[in-house]
Amino acid sequence: MSTPASSLDLTEARRRRAEARWRYLRDTYVLWRRNRFMVLGTAIILGLLLVAALAPLLATANPYEQILGDRLLSPSAKHFFGTDGLGRDIYSRVVYGARVTLTIAVLVAAISTPLGLFVGIIAGYLGGAADEIMMRLADIFLAFPRLILAIAFAAALGPGVENAILAIAIAQWPSYARLARAETLNVKNNDYIHAMRVLGAGKLTIMAGHILPLTLSSIIVRMSLDMGTIILTAAGLGFLGLGAQPPMPEWGLMVSDGRQFLVDQWWVSTLPGLAILVVVMGFNLLGDGIRDVLDPRQRQA
Amino acid sequence: MTNSEEQDLLLDVQGLRVEFPTLRGTIHALQGVTFQLRRRETLGLAGETGCGKSVTALAILRLISHPGRISRGKILFEGRDLLAASEAEMRDLRGSQISMILQEPKMALNPAIRAGDQVAETLLVHDKSLSRRGAKDRAVAMLATLGIPDAERMARRYPHELSGGMAQRVMIAMMLVTRPKLLIADEPTSALDVTIQAQILELMKVLKREIHTSVLLITHDLGVMAETCDRVAVMYAGSVVEQGSVKTVLKYPQHPYTQGLLKTIPNDVAPDQPLFSIRGQVPSLFTASTGCAFAPRCDRIMAECTAQVPPQYVLQVDHHVACFLHRGKDAIYPQITQIPQIHPERLSP
Repeated sequence: MSTPASSLDLTEARRRRAEARWRYLRDTYVLWRRNRFMVLGTAIILGLLLVAALAPLLATANPYEQILGDRLLSPSAKHFFGTDGLGRDIYSRVVYGARVTLTIAVLVAAISTPLGLFVGIIAGYLGGAADEIMMRLADIFLAFPRLILAIAFAAALGPGVENAILAIAIAQWPSYARLARAETLNVKNNDYIHAMRVLGAGKLTIMAGHILPLTLSSIIVRMSLDMGTIILTAAGLGFLGLGAQPPMPEWGLMVSDGRQFLVDQWWVSTLPGLAILVVVMGFNLLGDGIRDVLDPRQRQA
Repeated sequence: MTNSEEQDLLLDVQGLRVEFPTLRGTIHALQGVTFQLRRRETLGLAGETGCGKSVTALAILRLISHPGRISRGKILFEGRDLLAASEAEMRDLRGSQISMILQEPKMALNPAIRAGDQVAETLLVHDKSLSRRGAKDRAVAMLATLGIPDAERMARRYPHELSGGMAQRVMIAMMLVTRPKLLIADEPTSALDVTIQAQILELMKVLKREIHTSVLLITHDLGVMAETCDRVAVMYAGSVVEQGSVKTVLKYPQHPYTQGLLKTIPNDVAPDQPLFSIRGQVPSLFTASTGCAFAPRCDRIMAECTAQVPPQYVLQVDHHVACFLHRGKDAIYPQITQIPQIHPERLSP
């Protein structure tokens, strides 16, 4: 019943491995296709990426150029989204704004999730004093509403888009830490973690190699669901004057600029606002879908 | 003991005691466990639930979890006392010299990591210079050795996609890929159905020959033990009451507990006859016994049985019994005339 090891030749083995990997990708595609909302979310986010990448080609005007004679023009063939109070083309500004939004979302995620994972897994696995200290610290952050906390940090750090990113990341990490810790506690007493100890794996190997992959899927889902909130918070800070500063084409800032014209020139605020709405929705749909795709139980052998 | 015998000895456990302090008092899980395991031998550790078989295994690996602790004794592995080793030294030993197969194969595999990668992980933990790819190739080769069909594809599967028997093979591959000197198998087949059980046991026998590993097989299935083990140590309430070659112990049991245990196997009992059972109950482990732990249930109890713990008396070259009945006496071998029948049909593959 046993095949001698020597009968398996290595190139053949690697070819089969590549084949199996390909099959996995195809299964992922099928799962993705089946979920209509996820397809929509993916389309929106891909659209956002495309717009951000091709902004110079898509824009019809310089987003910073003020033509005061063309103030507050309604949407037309020349200005798709009309112009704002300083005569800038709103469509071009929304297009360039995609870059700003994307940068903020990606940087916040890149700062807060590793930090949250690091703190959460260490606290959860080691337990004891390390756990107490780290989690009480996280509790302090979680005690404040996230937007308020971000506003406080942004105000303390000073206005500007970089500081807004830092402020949002600082407000965001404790929830990831908590989630990572909960997942860690959930898995750390399992037989397979025990088996790793039996095999002589150290704490670091177990945390990085065996607990991290198990926490990752819920963190990724949470992060993709949070993307919307992050973008909203960034827009909120921009709106309040604590985030991006004029003349940066940031969507929140643009909504704020259009406030005074809301009754007569609705497009100045509404169209950047719609951009926020669509992107936030896209991230949420995508996040929901990712949760399903990452669940190995959804796959059939 | 002569020098060659000493070199032949792989594991020598002497007077091992393990305690678990709890809020309701201290549980004396092991109360002086003594047994020896030679190279290339399979030793069966038998006993009923809660007698300390698994705790013994964990103690050998020094993985008794807090608040439990090893309070006394010696664990000599190749002559080196494991209780004196540092944690880093123990980590080096675990998985490379001493491995352990856990009871529930499906629970013992990380659900987020592919089967092949888990096998490769064992190699990577112990050999930092090995490349991930090289480790994977060796893992797949190991799976193929274990008779897993299409090992390449199997290696890419997640544990939930494996059957119980496959999962146990992956587990065995994980534990044997480093060719350890000692393999502890904690009821490796109790979670599997009978046909798979036989296959896995057969596989372990073959591997044992190929890798030259010694096996400490923990089981409460005397049939499995009779079929696979060279020697047996019978445990009762945290201590070893009898050890010897499997034939001697099963045919001529000398300790009253072993005798009782073997009588409980229902052979040729008419359907209307009550089955034999040892009277009384397993003692509470909250109080360390001052004498023989089996004394309260023993039909041949004597005065000294409750006064002091019986040492292991050597009846012949390889038959040790911890019972005062055998003090200064030779064994009376043909004592039990009826040789218990151990279900051979359960083991034929």
